[in-house]
Amino acid sequence: MNTALSWIKAYVPELECTDQEYCDAMTLSGTKVEGFERRDKNLEKIVVGQILSIERHPDADKLIVCQVDIGGETIQIVTGAPNVKTGDKVPVVLDGGKVAGGHDGGPLPEEGIRIKAGKLRGVPSNGMMCSIEELGSDRNMYPEAPENGIYIFGEDARVGADAVELLGLHDTVFEYEITSNRVDCYSVLGVAREAAATFRKPFVPPAVKETGNGEDVHDYISVEVRDPDLCPRYCARVCKNIKIGPSPKWMQRRLAASGIRPINNLVDITNYVMEEYGQPMHAFDLDTIAGHKIIVRRAKDGDEFQTLDGQMRKLDSEVLMICDAEKEVAIGGIMGGENSKITDKVQTVLFEAAIFNGPNIRKSAKRIGLRTDSSGKFEKGLETHNALDAINRACQLIEELGCGEVVGGVVDVAQPMAGKKVLPFRPEKYNALLGTDIEETDMLEMFARLEIEAVKNQEGATELAIPYFRQDLNCDADMAEEAARFYGYDKIPTTLPSGEATAGKLSYKLRIEQKARDIAEYCGFSQGMNYSFESPKVFDKLLIPAEDKLRRTVTISNPLGEDFSVMRTISLHGMLTSLATNYNRRNKNVRLYELGNIYLPGGLPLEELPEERMQLTLGFYGEGDFFTMKGVVEEFFISTGMKKKPAYDPNAGKPFLHPGRQALIQYEGTTVGYLGEVHPEVLDNYEIGAKAYVAVLDMPEVIPFTTFDRKYEGIAKYPAVTRDISMVVPKEILAGDIEKVIAQRGGKLLESYQLFDIYEGAQIKAGYKSVAYSITFRAKDRTLEDNDVNAVMKKILNGLEQMGIELRQ
Amino acid sequence: MKEKLEQIRERALSQIKNCDSADKLNELKVSILGKKGELTDLLKAMRDVAPEERPKVGQMVNEARAEIEKVLEESRARIEKAVREAKMKAEVIDVTLPASRAELGHRHPNTIALEEVERIFVGMGYEVVEGPEVEKDYYNFEALNIPADHPAKDEQDTFYVASATGDILLRTQTSGVQVHEMEKGRLPIRMIAPGRVFRSDEVDATHSPSFHQIEGLVIDKHITFADLKGTLAEFAKALFGEETKVKFRPHHFPFTEPSAEMDVTCFKCGGKGCRFCKGSGWIEILGCGMVHPHVLEMSNIDPEEYTGFAFGMGLERIALLKYEIDDMRLLYENDIRFLRQF
Repeated sequence: MNTALSWIKAYVPELECTDQEYCDAMTLSGTKVEGFERRDKNLEKIVVGQILSIERHPDADKLIVCQVDIGGETIQIVTGAPNVKTGDKVPVVLDGGKVAGGHDGGPLPEEGIRIKAGKLRGVPSNGMMCSIEELGSDRNMYPEAPENGIYIFGEDARVGADAVELLGLHDTVFEYEITSNRVDCYSVLGVAREAAATFRKPFVPPAVKETGNGEDVHDYISVEVRDPDLCPRYCARVCKNIKIGPSPKWMQRRLAASGIRPINNLVDITNYVMEEYGQPMHAFDLDTIAGHKIIVRRAKDGDEFQTLDGQMRKLDSEVLMICDAEKEVAIGGIMGGENSKITDKVQTVLFEAAIFNGPNIRKSAKRIGLRTDSSGKFEKGLETHNALDAINRACQLIEELGCGEVVGGVVDVAQPMAGKKVLPFRPEKYNALLGTDIEETDMLEMFARLEIEAVKNQEGATELAIPYFRQDLNCDADMAEEAARFYGYDKIPTTLPSGEATAGKLSYKLRIEQKARDIAEYCGFSQGMNYSFESPKVFDKLLIPAEDKLRRTVTISNPLGEDFSVMRTISLHGMLTSLATNYNRRNKNVRLYELGNIYLPGGLPLEELPEERMQLTLGFYGEGDFFTMKGVVEEFFISTGMKKKPAYDPNAGKPFLHPGRQALIQYEGTTVGYLGEVHPEVLDNYEIGAKAYVAVLDMPEVIPFTTFDRKYEGIAKYPAVTRDISMVVPKEILAGDIEKVIAQRGGKLLESYQLFDIYEGAQIKAGYKSVAYSITFRAKDRTLEDNDVNAVMKKILNGLEQMGIELRQ
Repeated sequence: MKEKLEQIRERALSQIKNCDSADKLNELKVSILGKKGELTDLLKAMRDVAPEERPKVGQMVNEARAEIEKVLEESRARIEKAVREAKMKAEVIDVTLPASRAELGHRHPNTIALEEVERIFVGMGYEVVEGPEVEKDYYNFEALNIPADHPAKDEQDTFYVASATGDILLRTQTSGVQVHEMEKGRLPIRMIAPGRVFRSDEVDATHSPSFHQIEGLVIDKHITFADLKGTLAEFAKALFGEETKVKFRPHHFPFTEPSAEMDVTCFKCGGKGCRFCKGSGWIEILGCGMVHPHVLEMSNIDPEEYTGFAFGMGLERIALLKYEIDDMRLLYENDIRFLRQF
């Protein structure tokens, strides 16, 4: 909400403060000022001048030379403006002064434009006459200003007077961020009331009386509310003999400062009251209202209606309509109809100030696709009492501004309204919640400034009568906040919670994830982050078959677009996209990891929350290969206490990986993840022009095997014995198969084994490979004898031979 | 005999002192002290000496031997040193050649900021917990005092998920974790809950449909707004530096009352005003407040007995501010040149 400070001051006449003081104090008492701007910024030395004479410029067809009286002095000004004539009173910026902008109305330069005396085509010019654009505004806000020309004052402007003052620009516009609970503060009066309380100055709202002639409005109009659930109150008044014309300058200035374009007196009054009271109003041409009857009811599904902006709108049975005896004339609270709108020929006006159901307005506006200033106010849930005050204020202005004649009386169709809320006064409770010792009397004084009345109940206890406009005050905590914000949040002491100490810690899952980050980073992988939602087309890019269960996704009903429409069931798309981004930018040797969830639905359609499974995803291109990635995985296992040797099953069945270069990662018989080289077709799909490797660990499967417990096992005292074996192995036998035999048959004496050579080629017969292992044995309690080792070796060798492996001598 | 000994000694010492290689020194040693060495020969000639002279001559020979051995040792050390120095001289390297690094990976700036925040609160006795990212409407809204028709539901631009029940959504805030923790029925509570949240905002330099929040909750007997202020002031100092001051402004959140927003003195300019704080000297950092009594009630905590405070902050906001990152999109592009800077 934007409002001129001068408008606030109209209701807090004793308010005196600088702009900055106002900004700070209001923000600290809860009415947050987002920013403020002086309207006379960069307007310096600008006075009212009167043109005494105009002559042609001797050397330029398009320029004229004016003698201008600036109050006791006459200066010469050369101008190209086409619209001035002798006798006009105009804003004149004097030598050394400043204007806010250029005459083209483009963006205003931060420092304004300095005006200096000089010569135009050889003729001295000692100032400049200004257009409204040069003064930092525009014709929307100053509709009386001419197009492409100098602003011309009325005849009553005093020559030599401050022109900026006369335009109402010595003012500051404040922008407020009003919180959704303070519906009353979406109005000038609401903010003014807060300002008065903040600065402890009297609040003087306009004195509104129900004006009107001797006639009775009921003779003009009747109102029937058929759907009172959506319209708890409907007030109507009538004004006749309407004379449309411009509204007074003071009203135009206030509206302009609020960003509302002045139109004519009638429109301006309704806008003015909407700003002042926060109550939207609507004006109908009574002569267009059939039967002089207003019916408030829901529309019918499929109805269409032309709003006053000329658009056809589709309605449904949850949209509330204002109708006359024959037809719909407005969408309640949102916009009036083309068929009943005010024209310049209007004679009699029907004013409406109604209360509509906030959520209904919000939803209707959304469905219809028409959000207006009016609907914006209603959707906040307006207070019922305010409507009558607002309509009376509007009628009073009609009268005061000579805009028409107000018919006596109000048609007021209202549901029974609740009385004032009364809350117990519990100062000890407020202090206990705040940690303060605010005096009771101070609290009551603060409350009184907010029009919260202290009353005694029958038992003599003090209670608080809450004004109608404060719908947000309902409990002790609310009252504590009222006390706190005027006492000053800054004066509340700072303490630390007492009470029993608690041990701070990370959950075990988070500790493991931290370890995963450490290890990935030790191995040179940097952490990326990707979105949780992606396109369903991702599955095609990853070559995932049509019937695969990965395609069963949690789907977003209202996504930002197809690209963000399904929750990922696999973490690879983000990783490959990130690698592709880096590849495309010619970054070399890129290693990334991500820790993020995948989302697996139980049944579809979803009835329960999906399962969120944390995935550690690693990916790289550049230096390294499959085994580099395998090393990272094992490094992680070792540092999380997973000491057993993981197994790798090459039959992983991952369509997005190279069929001959992929493996499931298995730990103690459980598949905990997979790794592999990315399938060349997938690389093409992502436009990655290098071999890329990925590994994915499914953390919920990994975590049960992890531990941070460590136990010292003693360092071996007795010497180890190492035997090397060299084998000729059928090609299809995997190193893992050989190791399985060594591990199983090695028994207690086996300490470790290490592959040290693998070779295929000329000296080896076709279909075979040469493999060599170094096997280390050690006993904990003695020095091993040859016999001990020979026995174990025999077992191992027998096992290997059974697999069709030949031992080389 | 004496003269001979003196002759041998003189010559040996001079030869040894002038020797410049380990091999030659060894040859010398053998030729003087070895089995067929000159001095050994001399000793063999002892039998020709008169018996009463023998001890005297023997002592002389031994003295000469000791002296020769000492000088031999000195020369050996001298030669070794010279050899080592010559070797090192030949081994001079260009120390300005590039380092060979095992390049470590880098943590995401979000994570760095998060871990700092976690460290601070864990130190104050807070437990770090998590909640579901796909959430029920009840936990994201209703249990937080945001009933069905509340405008805040629209303001937060919620992503809904297709479901049979119609009440499943992507959480718009981590505040729902408060409810999960309260429902566990274990009091007191001191927790922070970091996590991913989602709002229907188009991607641009300052918006992302997916970002992170850190929620905080303390519930105990006698918790006050003053405790809230004190705790968050400590946090701000720990995160942004000992000099940091805080300012609490009244605000509104449906699930806290009284509510506040906390500003910290701009950590770039120290509060003087700069482009980071848009000249104000202050930077808005988090929202907070006393847990609304109705929220406590809904989670079966008696608000007459227990009170508490809650706070929530945007992780990206902290990361962007702390590391002067000017475009939020960088956080989700994963360009290695960006990540390497952290």
